[in-house]
Amino acid sequence: MTNRRAFIRQSTAAATALAFPLVGGAQPKAVKVGILHPVTGALAYSGQQCREGALMAIEDINKTGIKSLGGAKIDALLGDAQSAPQAGAAEIEKMNEAACSAVVGAFASAICLATTQAAAKYNLPHVVDVGVADQIVERGLKNTFRFGPGYRTCAQVAVSNLHVLNTLAGKPAKTVMIIHEESLFGTGTAALLARELPGFGFEVKEVIKHANPTRDFNNIVLRMKAVNPDIVIPANYYNEYALLVRTMQQQKVAPKAIYSVLGGAASSYKFLKEFPDAANGIIDCNHWFNPKDKRALDLRKRVEAKGLFFTYELFNTYTAVQLLADAIERAKSTDRAAITEALASSTFSNHFMPYGATKFQNGQNLGAQPLMTQVIKGDIRVIVPRDYRETDPVFPMKA
Amino acid sequence: MYDFGILFSSVLNGVTTGAVYALIALGLTLIYGVLHIINFAHGAALMVALYAVYLLKTQLGIDPYLALPLVVPGMFALGYALQRAIINRAGHGKDENILLVTLGISIVLENLALLVFKSDTRSIETAYTLTTVAIGPAMIALPKLVAFAGALATSALLLLILTRTDLGRAIRAVAKEKHGAKLMGIDVDHVYAMCFGIGLACLGAAACFLLPAYYVNPQVGAGFVPVAFTVVVLGGMGSFGGALLGGLLIGVVESLGGLFLGESLGQIGIFAVFIAVLLFRPQGLFGAKA
Repeated sequence: MTNRRAFIRQSTAAATALAFPLVGGAQPKAVKVGILHPVTGALAYSGQQCREGALMAIEDINKTGIKSLGGAKIDALLGDAQSAPQAGAAEIEKMNEAACSAVVGAFASAICLATTQAAAKYNLPHVVDVGVADQIVERGLKNTFRFGPGYRTCAQVAVSNLHVLNTLAGKPAKTVMIIHEESLFGTGTAALLARELPGFGFEVKEVIKHANPTRDFNNIVLRMKAVNPDIVIPANYYNEYALLVRTMQQQKVAPKAIYSVLGGAASSYKFLKEFPDAANGIIDCNHWFNPKDKRALDLRKRVEAKGLFFTYELFNTYTAVQLLADAIERAKSTDRAAITEALASSTFSNHFMPYGATKFQNGQNLGAQPLMTQVIKGDIRVIVPRDYRETDPVFPMKA
Repeated sequence: MYDFGILFSSVLNGVTTGAVYALIALGLTLIYGVLHIINFAHGAALMVALYAVYLLKTQLGIDPYLALPLVVPGMFALGYALQRAIINRAGHGKDENILLVTLGISIVLENLALLVFKSDTRSIETAYTLTTVAIGPAMIALPKLVAFAGALATSALLLLILTRTDLGRAIRAVAKEKHGAKLMGIDVDHVYAMCFGIGLACLGAAACFLLPAYYVNPQVGAGFVPVAFTVVVLGGMGSFGGALLGGLLIGVVESLGGLFLGESLGQIGIFAVFIAVLLFRPQGLFGAKA
């Protein structure tokens, strides 16, 4: 009996001592932010890269906290969209109930389409980190903001630059074959490209769709052999991209250029490290950082020190979280409507993407643009536009 | 219409892919044929084997083909232990329990892999990864040819074990009549565990042949399991010859389907064949009539 009483007395004392600093310290209340990505399932690699980018951004922001909220820290509520739109939407429900002030996510277009809509029901601000399908920001959802470019912009930039490169080289390329993954991102990008390319004098010989995952690309490459296109344009995620390019190498298919639009592996340091020969010469029109910005290079070093690759998923989500933190700073509130208002009028410019000052129109950042990169001499270098150019493009690849 | 060279390449590609499907299905059909359980952990076990091959290559520099003598016995031991320590005990002899147990094992294994390896997709580079061999007009990747030969050799070995050894006779006896076999002094639990072990050993071999041309991530098994189940049903549940031929057939159908209908739609071919077999020959190509 004595023991029990002593135990209760001591525990009460301990609990009071522990609780007291919290009560008395007047710590500002943390801002809850949902970080939602497909960290399991077919898109898991990309989803985890996104999550890592978000967590690194939050770590940096939390060094000072949100100043206008008395140094309040950002508290990440992690969600897993399981590579499926409905699972993503279900996570939004949880984040709403957990009283999140905003959400950043959810990588894949098809998932973003579902999560932004689910978040709109609760006026929950949703910053889209990658999701390139333009429908995401074209449905009039007031809560949805995309920092990076959509696939229409990317396709237009890619096609007009292909035209310029081809013209400068004496128009060696006339035919194109597009290979894309079957979800919203790949299908939408391929449709845009197929529509734009003929206007610039290219004949689209074939458009081939494939599933995620696809185990074997030999058939697609055999069809490629039969069609013999001058240019191959892949628009797919990492695994399939890597397998496709490797199979092309095995089957000795060497078009005049592999010209990717939002290629999952084309401008990836991971792909470059694993398959340096297969990656050589590949051109990509994709999300990319300003190669002359020291902050980007510093972040890359930190990421690589963790044994990770500095991929577009990671830096896109990193900057998306920075954009949100800047909006919360100016909103001076954790209120959803105030944050939405601050995002809509954002002029965020303290970032390392080649976008300039932020200006949203219907949720799309107008300054967002992709950069064109090429794998040259074992490194990914920016070739277009001139302002960010690191090296001159090599086009076509074979004589 | 494609010219002969491309059609020939596609068929050859299908046959070589099919051989690996067959090898994966062999393990599944053995476990079904003897234990009468559908092993939902088959895909996860393949993933474990692929990671083992990956680790042996990246950590110790052991070539995937030279890793066979390590991975195959390792997977056998894992299978034996799983059956004896978990499935047999937790199943209590009820099929529905066993189904859930294997499903549970697959979830645990996949999440363990996610924890240890993250969801990163990994592949290995060997000197022969991108080597191709010209067979007539077709270019076939060397690893796929090796996989084809390896799958045939493994199947032959398995058939020899089943027909020519005491263990094989015991396995067949247990598969036919469990109680009778027990009365004859056969240790049924041991035979069950041996079967599960051999089933997983097949996956070990498949992993060694697969990785030089493929990749591994925690979800990799999910891509193979539906095909392996189709092969097993197609060949006749529990039939080894059926699994081998079914695997090759599915490989060719998938390959030609992919060529003519595109990669997404090409998968239809597999299931069209599957439904046709269920309609007209429900016991499978080589299955005995019930």
